[in-house]
Amino acid sequence: MSTAPALAVRGATKRFGAVLALDEVDLVARHGEVLALLGDNGAGKSTLIKCISGVHRLDSGVVEVEGDEVSMSSPAVARDTGIETVYQDLALFDNLDATANLFAGREQSVPSWLPRGMRWMRRGEMHRASTERLRRLQISLPDGTRSVGMMSGGQRQAVAVARSAAFASRIVILDEPTAALGLRESRQVLDLILRLRSEGCAVIVISHAMDHVMEIADRAVVMRRGRVVGEEVPRPENRSRLVSLIVGGEG
Amino acid sequence: MSDIEAMDHHRVSGITEDAELLPSNQPRPSAEEPSVPEPEQQAGLLKLRLVGALLVLLRLGPLLILGVLVLVMSNLSPVFATTQNLGNVLSQTAVIAILAIGQLMVILTRGIDLSVGSTLALSAVVGATVFGSSQGGAVTVLAMLGTGAAVGAVNGLVLVYGRLPHPFIITLATLSVARGLALGISGGQPIRGMPDVVGTIGGDTATWLAAWLPNSTFLVIGVAVGTTIFLTRIVWGRWIYVVGGNPDGARRLGIPRNWVLISVYVCSGLLAGVAAIVTSGRLNAGSPTFGDLAELDAIAAVVIGGASFLGGRGHVGHALVGAFMIGVIRNGMNLLNIEAYLQLIVIGVVIVIAVESDVLRGRLESRFRVLKAAAA
Repeated sequence: MSTAPALAVRGATKRFGAVLALDEVDLVARHGEVLALLGDNGAGKSTLIKCISGVHRLDSGVVEVEGDEVSMSSPAVARDTGIETVYQDLALFDNLDATANLFAGREQSVPSWLPRGMRWMRRGEMHRASTERLRRLQISLPDGTRSVGMMSGGQRQAVAVARSAAFASRIVILDEPTAALGLRESRQVLDLILRLRSEGCAVIVISHAMDHVMEIADRAVVMRRGRVVGEEVPRPENRSRLVSLIVGGEG
Repeated sequence: MSDIEAMDHHRVSGITEDAELLPSNQPRPSAEEPSVPEPEQQAGLLKLRLVGALLVLLRLGPLLILGVLVLVMSNLSPVFATTQNLGNVLSQTAVIAILAIGQLMVILTRGIDLSVGSTLALSAVVGATVFGSSQGGAVTVLAMLGTGAAVGAVNGLVLVYGRLPHPFIITLATLSVARGLALGISGGQPIRGMPDVVGTIGGDTATWLAAWLPNSTFLVIGVAVGTTIFLTRIVWGRWIYVVGGNPDGARRLGIPRNWVLISVYVCSGLLAGVAAIVTSGRLNAGSPTFGDLAELDAIAAVVIGGASFLGGRGHVGHALVGAFMIGVIRNGMNLLNIEAYLQLIVIGVVIVIAVESDVLRGRLESRFRVLKAAAA
């Protein structure tokens, strides 16, 4: 219960050749808060979350989790420190059921003295745990034993989000979670994000859907050309200001 | 066989349950969108059930076809359904089945192993040579298994660390190299003589149970049960499906994708060594001509048995059903005095049908998904 924010990024800088993708970016995400990360294409949002989740390494700057500096050298390090990222492609396994997807790469197994790959899977235990997890997030899937490939877009997104939130993760990053979804399915995913927030997660959402941002985000940080250019509390009266920040203002 | 049926039933129940779950979901959309006309929903539901039923049929297809084949052959030939002939079919199918189980593991990761036939030959020749100089049964068996695993390791290591885009080329290369080595070591001639243990496994029958029942059947059952446990209960086996389902996603979740890939080629090679024991036991020799085109039988068995050639989907039952389909077609056509060239053509046609039905299954599944989303 420290007062340190769940995630703090300070002075993050990243170059790709001649392109300055991130320029001294500062960002703070707190527990029980939904932070929207806004910006036009190429603003640096995706680069920033890839640096936070260990896909890219920062050229300079620090990432702190719960006040402790962490060197995000690989996706595994990021996951170990409690940062889970749901990319747009979801990285689901269409051939497997929801439980297998939830536990992919961290299957519950015995005995613990054997190398992980050689262990016996506790399938019943995993099924119970995933059912419980899905129930707690109020995700209803038509049939738990069915392959994810047979599910609808919203259900697939829900499985991906549930996987990211399944293991006591402190920070959940979602890249365009509603981009490919219809109205009803978007609704389900937005509700899911709000439930993550009420469970105390720090949620960072990248989205172009301003209506969704207005509805769920507690704060909105706007990036342009690799820099943070503004921060607002998303309210209807701020909407035009947010949009002008995104597209480059009145100038 | 009961294992296969159980698995298929499991899948069937998955589908029918879904179809039955739908009506209970039905009132919700109509409550929210009262403007949607009822008949349209009814038609959608009917279509959904139709697609669901077709999917069930496609999934059971290979087993049904095998049943039909057995019935047809029994009617056409009085010899087919005798225990003596059943023993022949089991014995002839053992090698295909063992190779197909190895091939299944490779295909689950979206790969292919073209080298298994040549590996079988090399393994048999090495075994006969080792036995010739050592006269030891255990050391011969170990040499045969080790040879198979070694060829598999080469396939896997070159695939991963040579950064090849697809295993086709490297296994094509080892197909050639292993056959060449087998011919070189043996001087092109079969080497007579195999240890008793190899002869017992590959050539003898289980006289204590039934005089017609070949011992190799037990070996097939053992390999099938062992592989099924590995694939469905052990973490590494799960990772094989995970890698086949989404290789990049597997890597991002920290699964040792490269080692998983290497391991399936080692397993496939090892099972080629097991198949070599059966073949050389039956003929009491190691010959460089063993296993000619056996890789094609193995691949065909996996695909016509119902596993997906696109990776990630399939189980040992598929490989076994496919192997027996090929075995029954061969045996039945021999009994009916149908010429060999026609057998080749028939098996080729069956392969095309099997792959087409796999493609059709994929399309129906996405259709099912769309209809489902529309109905929900």
